[in-house]
Amino acid sequence: MGGIYGLIALGLSLIFGVMGVINFAHGQIMVMAMYVSYWIFVLLGIDPYLSLVIVAAVIFVLGYLIQATVVNRILDYPEAMQVLPLVSMGLILENLALLLWGPDYRSPQTALGLETLWMGPVMIDVSRLIAFGLAILITFLIFIFLKKTNIGKCIRAASDNRTGAIVVGINVNRINNTAFALGAATTAAAGVLLLPLMPLSPHLGHDFTLTAFIVVILGGMGNLIGALVGGLILGIAESVSTLFLPATLKHAVSFSILIIIMLFRPQGLLGGKK
Amino acid sequence: MKRLYLLLAAVFVILMLLPLFLDNYALGIFIMIFYWAYVGQSWNVLTGYTGHISLGHALYIGIGAYATTYLAQTIGLTPWIGMFLGGFIAMAIALCLGFLGFRFGLRGVYFVIMTIAFAELARLAVSHIEALGSFTGIFLDFNPSFYNFQFRGNMPYYYIALGFMVASLIAVRIIEVSKVGRFIVAIREDEEAAQALGVNTFKYNMIAIAISAFMTSLAGAFYANYIFYLHPNSLFGMSLSIELILRPIVGGAWHALRAGDRFHYSDPAVGNIPGLFRKGRSGGTAPHPLRRTDDTGGSFHAQRDCCLCKRLLSPILKLADSKVRGV
Repeated sequence: MGGIYGLIALGLSLIFGVMGVINFAHGQIMVMAMYVSYWIFVLLGIDPYLSLVIVAAVIFVLGYLIQATVVNRILDYPEAMQVLPLVSMGLILENLALLLWGPDYRSPQTALGLETLWMGPVMIDVSRLIAFGLAILITFLIFIFLKKTNIGKCIRAASDNRTGAIVVGINVNRINNTAFALGAATTAAAGVLLLPLMPLSPHLGHDFTLTAFIVVILGGMGNLIGALVGGLILGIAESVSTLFLPATLKHAVSFSILIIIMLFRPQGLLGGKK
Repeated sequence: MKRLYLLLAAVFVILMLLPLFLDNYALGIFIMIFYWAYVGQSWNVLTGYTGHISLGHALYIGIGAYATTYLAQTIGLTPWIGMFLGGFIAMAIALCLGFLGFRFGLRGVYFVIMTIAFAELARLAVSHIEALGSFTGIFLDFNPSFYNFQFRGNMPYYYIALGFMVASLIAVRIIEVSKVGRFIVAIREDEEAAQALGVNTFKYNMIAIAISAFMTSLAGAFYANYIFYLHPNSLFGMSLSIELILRPIVGGAWHALRAGDRFHYSDPAVGNIPGLFRKGRSGGTAPHPLRRTDDTGGSFHAQRDCCLCKRLLSPILKLADSKVRGV
């Protein structure tokens, strides 16, 4: 779970880092990805792990469109004002999912869905293991992309200093689009990895948006490694808390962590001074 | 200004007489219009005036509904008193939230997330408290009487909801022109400048959030005794928070009630536009009564139409506007 949380938060953090916009539609984008993946699985019989690339591409386009049509217009507004258009975006996506796929819970029976591995005395879910491994792998791919490729460098430049990036001739709007799309695609990947692990419904979005915030705030806004670390911490905290609390209360633990962190260390665990 | 009050009075009289001509179902729609207008107005006290966006107002509705119902079911307290107790509880919690939020300087998005976190925590807590019905929620028994705040037919609810809405309009108007209101608006326009001019922003933020929470939770009490069923997910969930802010946003939260605004008709618009929304949501089966609310706008129609267009586009225009003003 931790790795997936990290991946979701990485997308959010990427978007925040470049544009300073908090994507309140994040969870809903992820749910869209899960449905696309589910759709591919049902119609074409391609396992979610294999369709990951296709789904990521689809959501990449979706993210690009959202950014180009909505987010680019609101970049210069005060922070609080940026919240509402994205909340409504989330609402639209959620209801779209509701419209297209209905409110039922669905859970696909994938090939590896219920396999388990025994490592000594410990039982491990294969799909969780794969999810974790792929999550870490994708995170590293994103890092390499950001460090090595030209677009990645432009994204980092735009996130460091927007005006500076414009001055040296970077088309910041296009970079923003790409960054948002990349963030969305990352989340899409997380959604696909999550698909075998939990039943799917259009209303999952809120929960994951919130979880992603918590992770991002935990790790430090716009800090990519922080997002991963935060995800791991949160995943572990929630799992441990289920040992002595009812499982449904695990989110209460994460919210408590969130409030405490926001009050005492708003820059996050790994964030430097602003 | 005087003409406006006359018009509002005329609208009020028409609304008072309306139940004579409408059937139960149409009244039900009106009740929901008033209810959402009232809730939107309450939300507006905090967000519209101080500019701190709250996405957790479902918290206060939930508290109002649960507190009232719990008191009524366990010690038989009448909701007429219980709702004010619920209001004070909501106020206390809002003050805690406000204290943490404002004292620790959480601004913008952080404040939004804070409000969400509080509402979600409350939802989870209520979902696990046996006495409050945990996951299954509470069903209310139907004993129609004035003492129980329960009535047969929609007519009494109509007048109560109308009363709520009118009271909230008056209350907001009083706040708006009072000294407190001016300070609060100053906070929205520029918190640091207000502080520099000697406004105790912390205090006025707290006042705004307390009033807002109190008013919102009264709506919760109404909801409980109108719907007769309380469920943690529907009362504390984020979807309610989002739903309740839709109307004031479409109605133009910041713009509409800005003190000294040219368009002072805005209050009924806040009431009407939620109505339009309601129509869309209830499937548009009863267009006539709704059109009538629209018509009650009467002679300031012309003035309103231009603003209505503006208002429908307002989230975008407003932002552009506030940018020009350098907010």
